[in-house]
Amino acid sequence: MSQVIVKMEGIEKHFAGVHALKDCQFELRSGEVHALVGENGAGKSTMMKVLTGVYGKDEGRIVYQGKEVQVPDTRTAQKLGISMIHQELNLAPDLTVAQNIFIGKEPRKAIPLFLNDKEMNRQTAILLKQMNLDIEPTTPVSELTVAKQQMVEIIKAISYDSQVMIMDEPTAALSEAEIEELFKMIDRLRAKGVGIVYISHRMAELKRITDRITVMRDGSYIDTVDTAGVSIDRIISMMVGREIYQPTKPDRRMANDNDVVLEVRNLNRGKVLRDVSFSLRKGEILGVAGLVGAGRTETARAIFGADPVESGDIYIRGSKVRISGPDQAVKYGIGYLSEDRKHYGCLLEMDVKTNVGIAALERFTKGFGWMSDKRMADAADNVVGELKVKTPGIGQKLKNLSGGNQQKVIIGKWLTRDCDILIFDEPTRGIDVGAKSEIYKLLESLAASGKSIIMISSELPEILRLSHRIIVMCEGRITGELINDDHATQEQIMTYATDRIS
Amino acid sequence: MKAATAEIQKKRFAVNPRLQQFLAFGSLILLVIFFSFASGNFFNFSNIVGILLSTAVIGVLALGVTFVIVTGGIDLSVGTVMTLSAVMTGVFITIWGLPVWVGIIGGLLTGALCGFVSGFTIARLGIPPFIATLAMMMIAKGLALVISGTKPIYFTDDEVFMEISLGSVLGDLIPGFNIPNAVLVFFLAAVIGSLLLARTIVGRYNFAIGSNEEATRLSGVNVRKWKIIIYMITGVFTGLAGVLMASRLNSAQPSLGMGYELEAIAAVVIGGTSLNGGKGTIVGTVIGALIMSVLTNGLRIMSVPQEWQTVVVGFVILLAVYADILRRRKA
Repeated sequence: MSQVIVKMEGIEKHFAGVHALKDCQFELRSGEVHALVGENGAGKSTMMKVLTGVYGKDEGRIVYQGKEVQVPDTRTAQKLGISMIHQELNLAPDLTVAQNIFIGKEPRKAIPLFLNDKEMNRQTAILLKQMNLDIEPTTPVSELTVAKQQMVEIIKAISYDSQVMIMDEPTAALSEAEIEELFKMIDRLRAKGVGIVYISHRMAELKRITDRITVMRDGSYIDTVDTAGVSIDRIISMMVGREIYQPTKPDRRMANDNDVVLEVRNLNRGKVLRDVSFSLRKGEILGVAGLVGAGRTETARAIFGADPVESGDIYIRGSKVRISGPDQAVKYGIGYLSEDRKHYGCLLEMDVKTNVGIAALERFTKGFGWMSDKRMADAADNVVGELKVKTPGIGQKLKNLSGGNQQKVIIGKWLTRDCDILIFDEPTRGIDVGAKSEIYKLLESLAASGKSIIMISSELPEILRLSHRIIVMCEGRITGELINDDHATQEQIMTYATDRIS
Repeated sequence: MKAATAEIQKKRFAVNPRLQQFLAFGSLILLVIFFSFASGNFFNFSNIVGILLSTAVIGVLALGVTFVIVTGGIDLSVGTVMTLSAVMTGVFITIWGLPVWVGIIGGLLTGALCGFVSGFTIARLGIPPFIATLAMMMIAKGLALVISGTKPIYFTDDEVFMEISLGSVLGDLIPGFNIPNAVLVFFLAAVIGSLLLARTIVGRYNFAIGSNEEATRLSGVNVRKWKIIIYMITGVFTGLAGVLMASRLNSAQPSLGMGYELEAIAAVVIGGTSLNGGKGTIVGTVIGALIMSVLTNGLRIMSVPQEWQTVVVGFVILLAVYADILRRRKA
């Protein structure tokens, strides 16, 4: 058994009126991957922010390499060798890989006014080689894929000689193949004796990569267990305090003779979209699978008019339409829910009411552009009631709601606008397990009520669980289509998803 | 347990959105009290009227510019567009001999047209607001000089025109209550602006665009169209300021106007409107404009030289924005 590198005990933290951490503990051994799980708001990020010096603790002790330490700020944490790889990457996109890794500690020449770029690139090359990464030190970070950028972040942490690395949802933006790469990297770090705290909502990954799992709930420590000896269902029930999952796959063979509501023919845009054609029926959930960069989001944005296309036709209920912008798309009843809710979906600083009403404001006017707040409030109350949005009121700013509830508000926005073709791009990204199954139920009931749904997702279990029919994309083309019956498997989807034309 | 969580949530969610305005209003009151004690000449009817009158033009300008600032944009052209509107009003009334009311509408339309051009270049051509309105600032300045032949246009033939600013409808109704019409127009414009921003669809889109333009576009809102409309609204207010200015001076002065835009923006910022967009009120802008004129007036009465008055106003801007930042950090 390897030695304990970090031990946190009796951690207490209060924010203005909120008891965020109640007598929490956490232990990390060197060379282990230790998952920290819990629903959003369970206190896992707060706990890690205490460890990395973002927040001070009210009570409790942190023992690092056998000595009690104080971590008043992030610099101290970095010096101790505790690094955090954030969900949102903290790299300067216009600087090179080497410049990013050595930012703040650039090698100098004899006259320290001048930088020694040669030495910096040489050291970077060594670091990259150690981790088996095939990247040039002089490449600007903006030219790297998200996955590679994340690797650069990790290398940056290594360059600080970090003994403890905290990874917050590291696979959120990665494709299956890239996740494999990341896991290989994690294995190499583990071999070097680095302790890794792994925060993730994806249960299957925990089984694959972690040694132990600590569960938190409502700011309290629940338990720490060995990954090998515990089932995913058990972990989930510890997280939510109740059994929720329904792991069996429902039969998705729906004999669908309904009308075609949307037909896309030969969409083309450079190398991004190549002859994309498919159709969508009333009441159908069409899953769109593929690796990151396969052209799924681009397809959605093209249909919605958010990006221009070079050629291609779109038919709504049989008649050809020209969609020149999102304002046109919504007129035809198409609603789009972006994968990046914060930037492309929510008006975070505005209240729930406005977010529900924003796509249909014209309907809430009484003439001369005068707003009827009463009617809009009624609509918002409706959404909150029907979609079971958890909010203290419709006057609440959207930024104060959890991810799952924000997503519900956005769904409500399109329902308020009477959209019946809904395109969901990664509908459960950044949403915790409990809320996920609620979103699933919502999608199913929307389809049952006659809405037609295109669901883009990188989580294959999600695709298999919800879709009636699945199309798979690779490098801008549709490479496969399958009816979601018992024969549809993750392996089959992956085969299509990697069906490259070389 | 459940009740406790709800209680905690309520506390966490309790943020007072009116606080900044309250701060601004409080500072205004404090300033008035301070100057009243500092000098016996400050708090009397004629001086207060003087303050209000000197606020009117900048105030109306600031009302207009509040709209574009709430979208997250900026309008640097309001100073010179105001001048151009004044010159056009002069052209319509004095040179073409059109009726006064036509001249006034012409002035407002001049502002609206300039706003349309700015809005079009920003929303359609994608030129950043700072650059687009900087260009408009120069275009309007140049046009004002060209059209007027670089000489002031006087409204001597028409007594009625001067009444717009300096006459007093209130004084006619209530003897002794001689508040100039310009002040009345300012407050009326503020009420209209406030209703526009808070109660109408254009105001709602205004905040939505300022809060997250891309998300608003992806909600199916024709953001380009609404942005052009918003710049035109700013233009109409600017035109109104031009008319007020011309009436007050009884002439259109083509070389005036530069620098007014920055004072207007300062008033907006002191009033708690965020330059990042998505936040702001007309009431705040009115208070901001009043704070600036109370300061200059009070300092002048206390015999502080004009150069130093400007220095003080600079510090007040810093103070106001820093107070806002502090408040946000706490929230």
